[in-house]
Amino acid sequence: MAPILDINNLYKNYGSVEILKDINVAIEPGDFLVLVGPSGCGKSTLLNCIAGLEPITGGTLSIGGKDMTHVSPKDRDIAMVFQSYALYPTMSVAKNITFGMKVRGVDAATQESKLKEVASQLQIEQLLHRRPGQLSGGQRQRVAMGRALVRDPKLFLFDEPLSNLDAKLRVEMRSEIKKLHQNLGATMVYVTHDQIEAMTLATKIVVLKGGVVQQIGTPAEIYNRPANLFVADFMGSPAMNLIPAKATKNGSGTQIEIARDGAAPLVLTDTHAKNLPQDVILGLRPEDIAEAGFRAGEDVQVAECHIDMVEPAGADTFVVSELGGKQVTARLHAETGAESGKALPLAFDLSKVSYFAPGSGERLN
Amino acid sequence: MTDFTQSYTAPRRSFGQLALRWLLFALLGLFALFYLMPLFVMVTTSLKSLEEIRTGSLVALPRDVTFEAWSTAWSGTCTGVKCEGLRPYFWNSVLMTVPAVFLATLLGAVNGYVIAQWRFKGANLIFAMMLFGCFIPFQVVLLPMARSLGILGLAGSIPGLIFVHVIYGIGFTTLFFRNYYVTIPAELTKAAKVDGAGFFRIFWSIFLPLSLPIVVVTVIWQFTNIWNDFLFGVSFSQAGTQPVTVALNNIVNSTTGVKEYNVDMAAAIIAALPTLLVYVVAGKYFIRGLTAGSVKG
Repeated sequence: MAPILDINNLYKNYGSVEILKDINVAIEPGDFLVLVGPSGCGKSTLLNCIAGLEPITGGTLSIGGKDMTHVSPKDRDIAMVFQSYALYPTMSVAKNITFGMKVRGVDAATQESKLKEVASQLQIEQLLHRRPGQLSGGQRQRVAMGRALVRDPKLFLFDEPLSNLDAKLRVEMRSEIKKLHQNLGATMVYVTHDQIEAMTLATKIVVLKGGVVQQIGTPAEIYNRPANLFVADFMGSPAMNLIPAKATKNGSGTQIEIARDGAAPLVLTDTHAKNLPQDVILGLRPEDIAEAGFRAGEDVQVAECHIDMVEPAGADTFVVSELGGKQVTARLHAETGAESGKALPLAFDLSKVSYFAPGSGERLN
Repeated sequence: MTDFTQSYTAPRRSFGQLALRWLLFALLGLFALFYLMPLFVMVTTSLKSLEEIRTGSLVALPRDVTFEAWSTAWSGTCTGVKCEGLRPYFWNSVLMTVPAVFLATLLGAVNGYVIAQWRFKGANLIFAMMLFGCFIPFQVVLLPMARSLGILGLAGSIPGLIFVHVIYGIGFTTLFFRNYYVTIPAELTKAAKVDGAGFFRIFWSIFLPLSLPIVVVTVIWQFTNIWNDFLFGVSFSQAGTQPVTVALNNIVNSTTGVKEYNVDMAAAIIAALPTLLVYVVAGKYFIRGLTAGSVKG
């Protein structure tokens, strides 16, 4: 199937400042693409470029197989939901939703039936005669979505649509957007700085930093096999443990040695890793370090660790131990007997391990 | 805007505070009286007969109220050689002010909309130059403007005066609208663009409906300035096209023999009435428009 959105070698400059550098992204119909990164990484600019609200400096962009590089927003067959909702303040909800159709000269009967359909889909029928100023944040959000839905576009664009909502409503609207995506089978591009939103919604994630794509992949790929230190650190909460270590060749595998303050070094043997340089950074997510006896598998290795801190979090208990000069977090089950200041055998699951080069930050395995 | 008067209840005060408060009110009342004094003299004088003015005191109330001076001022008094009162000049002013205010406001709105919402290269420079235009003294442009009006064939005509006032007004009106529109989130324009609306559609359907407060401010400002203008009126008009301010000056200056103070006063009040009326009708919005800024999205 032809990609519905195809971005090739896209560059965007403001004057002499490069905002986006050599972006290449393609998505299939029905995909949910999330652009994620810290603020200032260029993700919103990229979305504006896709919408045609910002001209691009170089490269091409096509939507639905048609070249749209220089096409104006209204002819791109897109709909967009903005962070501030951008509802027209002097128009009623109904007028807000039908404004686009009115501009395009859709006849009144069609406008009316489409409005009804979308209003019932989003459960905003009772709000149609109100002004945006009389609505709560969540209701405004729904109206903004209604304005996009009524268009029935090839591509939906969302610019941090949940960031103005309180935490509870955000989770609620998040699952509604996900449901909407599943029911419509629509193609969506979604910008967020929230990595949890990215993980829960996306079928495909683009991680951006400083206008450069760090990694493109499914949520699982991004989470399990981050392409570099930035992605490893940015995605996941609590963040992945990144521990400086020394690697030496040991038969068919590699011996990993992690320095410890005031104790013998922690030594693990990875039977799969090959050709590692001497200095590496070992990445292991907190859930891949468990209490000994609670994780089995041929790549699980147990070592005694000194526990510095215990943080019960209800469903899990996090324990912190200093390894290689870093505070390393392990996610244990809630009923663990771990006590701070005491030693505890921890199981390291090396089937999930990532190695990074300390200098470039690139993934090694 | 929040209405503070609704929820405000005076806290209990000590005697000292109360006395201070009354002193303040007394002082404010005194100032108000001081400012109203000329108006009082004008109104009472205009209602007296000449006889009474000669014999009575300046601040006394009229013994016999007569509107004769008002009707003379409106339709009988002499400006130079003609004796048809203020009426024709009053209509000249209306014919000049209304289109000039309308055009300057409309152009200012479009300019402000472009500068605030459709940023282009050099927008700041153009805006700065327009602001600069606000501060050029009237006298400086008299000669070049006279020449321009001559070339355009508008010299001495009401359209010529409209032209001058529109040009001079654009700087201010652009400033007002630009400052108002710059507070409106740019995402609104973006959303409308995605919806398929163009430049004028967005202006007409989204920005103008939001603009009532600033339109009122601009209209009051422009109306007051243009109606009260004397310099352009006296420089660029000729017999028959003079605005009311120029005619008022002629009435007061061209009286021969006895000075008809009552007619002069009535004429001055008539000339000032429209601006007064505009304030009374729209003053509420004036304050609101000056302070209102952001639009809750």
